[in-house]
Amino acid sequence: MNFELLFQLLLNGLIVGTLYGVVAMCFVLIYKSTQIVNFAQGEFLLIGAWVCYAFLVEMQMPFWLGFLFTLLFMMAFGVVLQMVVLRPMIGEPIISVIMVTIGLSIFFQAATKWIFGATTATYPQVFETRSVNLLGMQIETAYIMSFVISLFIMAGFYWFFKYSKLGLAMRATAFDQQVAQSLGISVKTVFAMSWAISALVSGVAGIVIGMVNGVSSALSVIGIKVFPAVILGGLDSIVGAIVGGVIIGLLENTAEFVDGQYLHWGNLFSIAPFYVLIIILCIKPYGLFGTKDIERI
Amino acid sequence: MAGFSLRPCGDFRTTYRQDTRIFDTTYIRNAAILGIFAVAMIPFVLDGYYVNLFIQISYFAIAALGLNILVGFTGQISLGHAAFFGFGAFASAWINNTTGIPVLLSIPLAGLMTAAVGMLFGLPAARIKGLYLAIATLAAQFILEDFFARAEWFTGGSYGAAANPINVFGYEIYDDFSFFYVALFFLVVMYLLGTNLMRTRDGRAFVAVRDHYLSAEIMGINLTKYRLMSFAISSFYAGVGGAMYGHYLGFVSAEGFTILLSIQFLGMIIIGGLGSVKGTLMGTVFMVLLPEVMESGVSALSIFEWASSTAVIDGLAYIKEMAIGLAIILFLIFEPDGLAHRWQQIRAYWKLYPFSY
Repeated sequence: MNFELLFQLLLNGLIVGTLYGVVAMCFVLIYKSTQIVNFAQGEFLLIGAWVCYAFLVEMQMPFWLGFLFTLLFMMAFGVVLQMVVLRPMIGEPIISVIMVTIGLSIFFQAATKWIFGATTATYPQVFETRSVNLLGMQIETAYIMSFVISLFIMAGFYWFFKYSKLGLAMRATAFDQQVAQSLGISVKTVFAMSWAISALVSGVAGIVIGMVNGVSSALSVIGIKVFPAVILGGLDSIVGAIVGGVIIGLLENTAEFVDGQYLHWGNLFSIAPFYVLIIILCIKPYGLFGTKDIERI
Repeated sequence: MAGFSLRPCGDFRTTYRQDTRIFDTTYIRNAAILGIFAVAMIPFVLDGYYVNLFIQISYFAIAALGLNILVGFTGQISLGHAAFFGFGAFASAWINNTTGIPVLLSIPLAGLMTAAVGMLFGLPAARIKGLYLAIATLAAQFILEDFFARAEWFTGGSYGAAANPINVFGYEIYDDFSFFYVALFFLVVMYLLGTNLMRTRDGRAFVAVRDHYLSAEIMGINLTKYRLMSFAISSFYAGVGGAMYGHYLGFVSAEGFTILLSIQFLGMIIIGGLGSVKGTLMGTVFMVLLPEVMESGVSALSIFEWASSTAVIDGLAYIKEMAIGLAIILFLIFEPDGLAHRWQQIRAYWKLYPFSY
């Protein structure tokens, strides 16, 4: 048993898992407040990363300015997307809603490939040192930064839903749209804002991952990895999304370890989450923290 | 229903038998038979390019009809149809290569094998529905794709599998011209089977499960049985379509059956019309022709400078993909009932012209 490798992989899993958790949180935010399953979540990451790349490299902006502009862009993007594409879908059957977001996903994936090319691009160097020594292991600075940013985003979400007025309005809307509306909450604004926040945070996650791995269309795979995470945690639970994300991240890297050391199958690590997904759906479809649907006649 | 008002004056139905006929009126039936004959003339009139397009349409249309039975008629969502399509292709090649069973027989056998696999992945459908089912089938897509790449005894791994050409009574079918008639035969048979299925008790049970599953259960319909059955039938169609695809190309590679193809299948039935057999065919024609039309459109526009720039020429593959996504979105927003509904409206308009009220 190679403990050092296992430990290194588990650490990687934890860091990647928190990123999955962040993206899963965005997914759950949209699902909870607007009842829409967003299959285009991965493309939000992709767009955020590419737009930031365009600001930084093609327009030669300093990092903080480009980052800020990207945030603004993603927010506007989320609002426009909700207003133009998703608003007509309210009240449509679930297959239509799923297909619209899948259509968006194909569209944006092809569009980014067309505009920015299919090759991997790298951001200009942000940090001076590439890696630091922690407990006898080499860890890339970008990894630590991504971990810190993830924790920061999670804390931000906590504050937002616990104390801010908009966050409370969102929770009320998620609980019952009619009651929320009768209390003077604009459900339209809440819908638009939840898409905006989700796009914004996903964009940040995209930039962070882009800094570590480079920007390419592979980023949108994260949008698929989110499904095992949210199903494991429960579709409508933000805490569940984080826990699910971390578990899936750890699981992936454990599978990588088992595969590399003993089985030598090749790509177990990318497929293992889906086996877990099927098993969970068979034994506990509502996940660890999700609310169980009770139907009355 | 629009179809109701379209019946000729004086055509009354007095039995249920008359009411559930495949074709609404004799005129439609004759038109359909004439249409099949007209299509059968295509290889004599048009060149190989159109014959090839028709063959593509036929195997995709068979698989898409299976998906429509599952999604449009039973109300279950599947995002893994391409994987079943691919499984059928590999299964038929494998049966033919290992046992020597003639291809014409191995195609339906591959369909049955795919149906078994479909039931396996449909098992979660007994407990879950809607969105959860969509995600479970998404997982099935990735698991099967991984299986194709790994199971060398079955698929030939990354090298792919060779599929023999179809052999009808000692006459080998290796060119488009003769394959065209095999494809037409399968298309007509599978579509007649599909239409007939919807007239039986099982077909009505599917629709009942879709419309209100609680009421259906109260009326004595076994939900688990019919959901599984729907998965099996849908996979059977996918398997037959896939097997035809494999034997047409003569070679099956593991890369062709990605999630994008699954989405294209869903796009076909959404554009055509969920829960419409006729619409499935229309949607498939639309989806197959869309990239072709775009390609010829771009070459027609190349007299303008912007259309012959490298950005457009090199990006044509991406533009086609974007068009698929855009078509799905636009249809869902502006015509959620699909082309079949639009066709009804056009017919009603001309039937009642010029007094459309």
